[in-house]
Amino acid sequence: MAIKTRQGSESQILSVGAYRPKRLVPNSEIVDKIESSDEWIQQRTGIATRRFADKSESLLDMACWAAEDALKKAKLTIDDIDTVIVATITFPYQAPSAATAILQRLGNPKAAAFDINAACAGFCYGVSMAHDFVKAGTSKKVLVIGAEKLTDFVNPTDRATAFIFADGAGAVIIGESEEAGIGPVEWGSDADNRDAILMNPAWTDARNNEEQTTIANIAWPNISQEGQKVFRWAVFSVSKAAQRALDAAGVTVNDLDVFIPHQANLRIIETMAKDMKMPESVLIADDIRSNGNTSAASIPLAMDALLEKHPEMHGKLALIIGYGAGLVYAGQVVKLPPKP
Amino acid sequence: MALAQADVLAGLKEIVEEVAGIPAASIELDKNFTEDLEVDSLSMVEVVVACEERFGVKIPDEKVTDLVTVGDAVNFIVNASN
Repeated sequence: MAIKTRQGSESQILSVGAYRPKRLVPNSEIVDKIESSDEWIQQRTGIATRRFADKSESLLDMACWAAEDALKKAKLTIDDIDTVIVATITFPYQAPSAATAILQRLGNPKAAAFDINAACAGFCYGVSMAHDFVKAGTSKKVLVIGAEKLTDFVNPTDRATAFIFADGAGAVIIGESEEAGIGPVEWGSDADNRDAILMNPAWTDARNNEEQTTIANIAWPNISQEGQKVFRWAVFSVSKAAQRALDAAGVTVNDLDVFIPHQANLRIIETMAKDMKMPESVLIADDIRSNGNTSAASIPLAMDALLEKHPEMHGKLALIIGYGAGLVYAGQVVKLPPKP
Repeated sequence: MALAQADVLAGLKEIVEEVAGIPAASIELDKNFTEDLEVDSLSMVEVVVACEERFGVKIPDEKVTDLVTVGDAVNFIVNASN
């Protein structure tokens, strides 16, 4: 006997929400610990300020506030959500997931819920999965959250990372649509370079098996990064993937209204745009300047900031692409959410 | 077949001008990328990536720091193309 299957529809981003930590941290607060300067940081990365969460802003707090913002803008409640995907690499519990904690806090402890680890590409991986779930009829309304508290896993004296990474959360709701609002994903990896961005050592390296405690003075698994290697990969490979995402959606750079790449480094963003020959008419997200690199949260945060500043861009065509530790990438063409 | 030094230099001048905005006329074999031309480390990566695409050679990460002068880069590319 044949098995019945579900059939879904095209999907679209219904809304985007954000939470940015209260504390704005200028370069001047960072430079002494890493023997750097405001000028050097801005020249290499474009970052002038970033936001650091304090103890009253946990990863879960930020994720829930971003989700509530997205729900409010879509005029939905948490009861309307049947699936939650959280992209994060900094939720400090191995299990259960951040996604179930968020559902419990928001008051719908029944929906399907899980976390994914695709680092700075995590949000676009989540968008791709949400789209596929809707298209397959698995889900009707998916909450995709990118949330990071990277300050918990960055050494403030590390000259390669301390000025880059920051905290925050962004969320989108993806639901059914008559017309395609999310294009095919272009994703992949360069796993031979998986040590270019790394959280090390493993938790188990700190385990004292006899006592069931932690071994003293084992290093905390802070993020390390080989900046030039990542830069090279991003400008060489990721911009080509971005072009393939456009091709797959049948869109050219001249059709685009907005470009929202992962906010890793303004120099990468500008080089990608140059490589792709983006016309000046394309609005390029530069949230990195004021909010730093928030990994999985950076694209929804940048999307939210861009729409706040340019409300005329609601419903317009955008290319989003994330890339990061793995090394992994994912990108797709999307229609920005309609005006709330 | 190895690329000619003059062709590589001409191509490299175009790339450095495009990437770092330095006039091609001031780019000579004995110029130091960092000190004379003020090409920073990230721009150097862009130059290397552009050279790989233009000249069809592979310049590994660990070799990039050895390319101190324009002449170093030209010689590396000429040899790698051989």
